[in-house]
Amino acid sequence: MYRYDEFDARFVRERVAQFRDQVARRLDGSLTEDEFKPLRLKNGVYLQLHAYMLRVAIPYGTLSARQLRQLALIGEKYDRGYGHFTTRTNMQFNWPRLRDVPEILDLLADVEMHCIQTSGNCIRNVTADHFAGVAADEVEDPRPTAELIRQWSSLHPEFDYLPRKFKIAVTGSAHDRAVIKAHDIGLRILRNAKGEIGYEVMVGGGLGRTPMIAKTIRAFLPKHELLAYLEAVLRVYNLEGRRDNKYKARVKILVHEIGAEKFTELVEAEYAGLDGPSIDADPQEVARIAAYFAAPAYEKLAPRSSAYETAKAENRAFATWASVNLFPHKVPGYAAATISLKNIGEAPGDVTSAQMRVLADLAEKYSFDELRITHAQNVVLPHVKQDDLFAVWQALVAADLASANAGLITDIIACPGLDYCSLATARSIPIAQALAQRFANQQRQIDIGELNIKISGCINACGHHHVGHIGILGLEKSGKESYQITLGGDATLNAAIGENLGPGLAAQDVPDAIERIVDVYLKHRKADEPFIDAVRRLGLEPFKIALQETLHAPA
Amino acid sequence: MTAAKRPPLPVILLANDLLDGEVVFWTGRGWSDRPAEALIAKDEAAAFELERAAAHALAQNKVVDAYLVDVALDAEGHAVPRHYREKIKTEGPSVRRDLGKQAGQSNLVPTGH
Amino acid sequence: MPLLDRNGAKDNAWVISEDGTADAEQIIVAYAHVKEALAGNGRGRRIGVAISNTVKLAELLPHLAEIELVSITFPAYGDGRGFSIAKQLRNAGFKGTLRASGPLIADQFAYALACGFDEIELPDAHAERQPVEQWLKAVNAITQTYQHGFGVQNILDARRAARANGK
Repeated sequence: MYRYDEFDARFVRERVAQFRDQVARRLDGSLTEDEFKPLRLKNGVYLQLHAYMLRVAIPYGTLSARQLRQLALIGEKYDRGYGHFTTRTNMQFNWPRLRDVPEILDLLADVEMHCIQTSGNCIRNVTADHFAGVAADEVEDPRPTAELIRQWSSLHPEFDYLPRKFKIAVTGSAHDRAVIKAHDIGLRILRNAKGEIGYEVMVGGGLGRTPMIAKTIRAFLPKHELLAYLEAVLRVYNLEGRRDNKYKARVKILVHEIGAEKFTELVEAEYAGLDGPSIDADPQEVARIAAYFAAPAYEKLAPRSSAYETAKAENRAFATWASVNLFPHKVPGYAAATISLKNIGEAPGDVTSAQMRVLADLAEKYSFDELRITHAQNVVLPHVKQDDLFAVWQALVAADLASANAGLITDIIACPGLDYCSLATARSIPIAQALAQRFANQQRQIDIGELNIKISGCINACGHHHVGHIGILGLEKSGKESYQITLGGDATLNAAIGENLGPGLAAQDVPDAIERIVDVYLKHRKADEPFIDAVRRLGLEPFKIALQETLHAPA
Repeated sequence: MTAAKRPPLPVILLANDLLDGEVVFWTGRGWSDRPAEALIAKDEAAAFELERAAAHALAQNKVVDAYLVDVALDAEGHAVPRHYREKIKTEGPSVRRDLGKQAGQSNLVPTGH
Repeated sequence: MPLLDRNGAKDNAWVISEDGTADAEQIIVAYAHVKEALAGNGRGRRIGVAISNTVKLAELLPHLAEIELVSITFPAYGDGRGFSIAKQLRNAGFKGTLRASGPLIADQFAYALACGFDEIELPDAHAERQPVEQWLKAVNAITQTYQHGFGVQNILDARRAARANGK
């Protein structure tokens, strides 16, 4: 994984000193709260319901053991012994004091981490496929591209005061695991007919109040032209994006209002006037970054491990976990293991400092010192030998991290909601907990199969509810929490926005409603038909009827 | 804040401490991290005084996000916010009863004032 | 209104004259009057123009050679359009003075210079709250950044130099 050189290290240290100075100027009144707020947000500091919250960047979701141990330490020393992984693969601490944040930033800088641009109207933490370097269908590892963009976008003089936040995601595979079409810019690495590597550039996706699927504005951008092209896109957005209404300020609205064709025209005109080579990173720099992501020193192993097969045969719980939580590795004899942070009854994405240390130890011992955070708020050990899987699983069981539900109905994505967030209109976590409890039975979960439930506690959609197979949106209705159910969303390359099934439900009715929806699916599905395919085939109607039955069920 | 935008009486004044982030309540003499110490304004004149206190404290760079919250009074005469949002803000996360004010915790560093 | 550049506080030699009729040798005219001011500039006055941040580059291009100063208005410090306009003007070869006018904050000083601005004009109350010393400190907060083409000090060139030196 990427390591800081002297320049990166100095940059991050200077950024910490800069923030320390900004806090001092806020306290002495040089900066008003209105002026300070965007500055603290650009360093990941929010004021939430109960306390400040600090969002730590985990670029493209990649972490080392040492970094995770430092997060564990920060959790203990400055928080309440835990952290929360978000849908943008960052970590949030819910209880730090503003006065302590500069110290925390120093501790992060010690392990080559920062909070730069994890909020604010600027280019945010770049995300990528969490199975980068693992998946067999990969054209190229997306992480060197994501790292290049991370550096280029950090404190960009021209693009730090954009109309609104700007999110970029990169995937290197045909299968999109990074939800790129729900980003302001989605980049898909591909090869052209000549076999050259480049990017399909998609612009104008996003969730929030007005969900949109990104449109392709360049079918093939040669790889070396990336930064100059991004500069052109961002310049057009910075100049033309709406600033009169916060809810219409994302680039998706601009693309929608002027049309993808006109937007493309503006970008291409701006791009044509740029001196590309003076903006783009030189090939040595691209190579320098890529070298950090070279494959680890895999052993030459047989495709199937007899120790692993024996352990599965002898231990049913392990076999279940292995069948649900493992992802095939491109290297024979290895697997990527998803560690679910979705224990039944707990807050999705929360992890204690003690658990962080267990994960760090496992990464060091069994996965080339590497961990990945997923947008589904789980952790991945990307390179585990099949021979070691049983030992890994035993350690996970001991740390209460062995839930066998990756991708299943209890692997629920949820934002923090009104239990923590000052923007939320309703709670999310209690809904996730109640649903997980309702569907806790392991065999039933496996029988239902892949089903993504995503819950947001407000219209801003941090819980990605629009692209959940089942989406749940918490709103306020007449002074009470009310939950809208959407159906048919999809976060993959077939990206689709879910449709509303009917009027909002009270919190206590949500589990019944979801159970009825699932029952419709179980009743009508064909042999191996996944939930989302069945929804597409059946249409919304039978599910709407099921929801109506919930509404009119006797109390 | 004008009387027209004021929430229905009775009201309390809450804010977040600028340096520590803790939710604090105006007591009439200063800020307290304990909801039981909140000064309860039961008439227009008292509510107006809360608004003045809010404006003054914001100008002093001591607190941020100060606003009035309408409350009901419990059996002991303590203020309980009527709206679920402010109730959670006053207590702590409903999913972690071991954290926040409801668990007797506070982030306020007394020497900060 | 106070003016500053990378060396600190600066005297303002330019007179604002919206319609260009002021009797002065260096005038900044409103964008609506720039054509007539340039056309009637028989006696060789130095002419600048004040523009809002919605003016398109194409409209300015025909006059760039004759204009000596462009003052770009920042209606609020969070509105970053002025940075892009400045960059576009420099990309188009504008060699005159670029002025950012509005309630910017000290933390934006380095960005403004990197995008091609020469000077900042601040509202009085704003300058009082954020004295020049704060600006001169803030401008040096980050010594090297990651972008090519935004000022001289960038990490990409520094890395290249380090490589060339065999480091």
